[in-house]
Amino acid sequence: MKKRAGKVILPIGILLIYAVLAIWLPEAAERSLKVTLDYALEILLIVPLVFLLMGLMEVWIPKDKVRQWLGKGSGVKGAVISVLMGTLPTGPLYVAFPMAAGLIRKGAGIVNMVLFLGAWAALKIPQLITEIKFMGLPFALTRFILTLAALLLTGLIMEAFLRRHPDKAWLVSSAAESNKNGSNP
Amino acid sequence: MSTVVIVYVLLAVVLAASLIKSRDKTKAAFVFAWKALLKTAPALLGMLGIVGLTLGLLPPETIQKLLGEEAGFAATLIASVIGAITLIPSLIAFPLAGSLLRSGATVMTISAFITTLVMVGVVTAPMEMKTLGRKFTLLRNGLGFLSALVIAGIMGVLL
Repeated sequence: MKKRAGKVILPIGILLIYAVLAIWLPEAAERSLKVTLDYALEILLIVPLVFLLMGLMEVWIPKDKVRQWLGKGSGVKGAVISVLMGTLPTGPLYVAFPMAAGLIRKGAGIVNMVLFLGAWAALKIPQLITEIKFMGLPFALTRFILTLAALLLTGLIMEAFLRRHPDKAWLVSSAAESNKNGSNP
Repeated sequence: MSTVVIVYVLLAVVLAASLIKSRDKTKAAFVFAWKALLKTAPALLGMLGIVGLTLGLLPPETIQKLLGEEAGFAATLIASVIGAITLIPSLIAFPLAGSLLRSGATVMTISAFITTLVMVGVVTAPMEMKTLGRKFTLLRNGLGFLSALVIAGIMGVLL
């Protein structure tokens, strides 16, 4: 209950600001309200889409399967699977951290995990739909491609660095393991 | 507009397939969607209000001055820091970013904000450190921030 109350504070606070504005600066309040309604309509248009897609993915793509597919993947195939698996499931990024940690322990490479986490955070499909709608296809497409390239580069740098300067014992042992298991399963 | 229609058609196809395969799972998907929507609704409404206030109170000239060409690289840097620190759902961030863009903000500044928003998580960093280690987290987020700046620069030139 308390949590819910905390969440409602923001909209209520905003409502109060609108009320104050309506008294002191009615014109500004009217302008703001119009913008809000315009955006509300636009967002309403894609809300069912985004949330239903999230629901369907949540139901049909079990997270333990993700773990299984990713753990086995390596090489280019593993990288592609990592990206795909990052874009598909739903949930906040901190859900993905323990998954990534578990996968590293099971032998997944650092590159793949950086791709997985990066895709999870930056290349989600419902998010991309919203992006295309409000930013346009060229923006979304350019960002997608550049982000993918950056993630790959980041992963390679991190793999090289963490191999030479390991952080934790399990991290280096699993990284070495993944290098040995370079071929496909 | 047309993209939305296409995606809705695709959604309808997927939904039909889901219904044929399993009624229960489809129902569960709807329940999950509804719960997720309810969870996001307060923040969504609040941010909608903020977007309205921002655009209603700040005339385009002010936005242009703060985020446009004349604000220069400093604005891009500030936008990227804000993006790295805050945790805004994309359903809210993109409409706001899109409207700022149309009001005269530069592509570079807006894409710096968007890219750091999704690639760098200062708020989630403690959790990331606990599960993946300090070095992994610092490297991933640090390199993420740098690449976000580079991506923003490239997008500014391209678009």
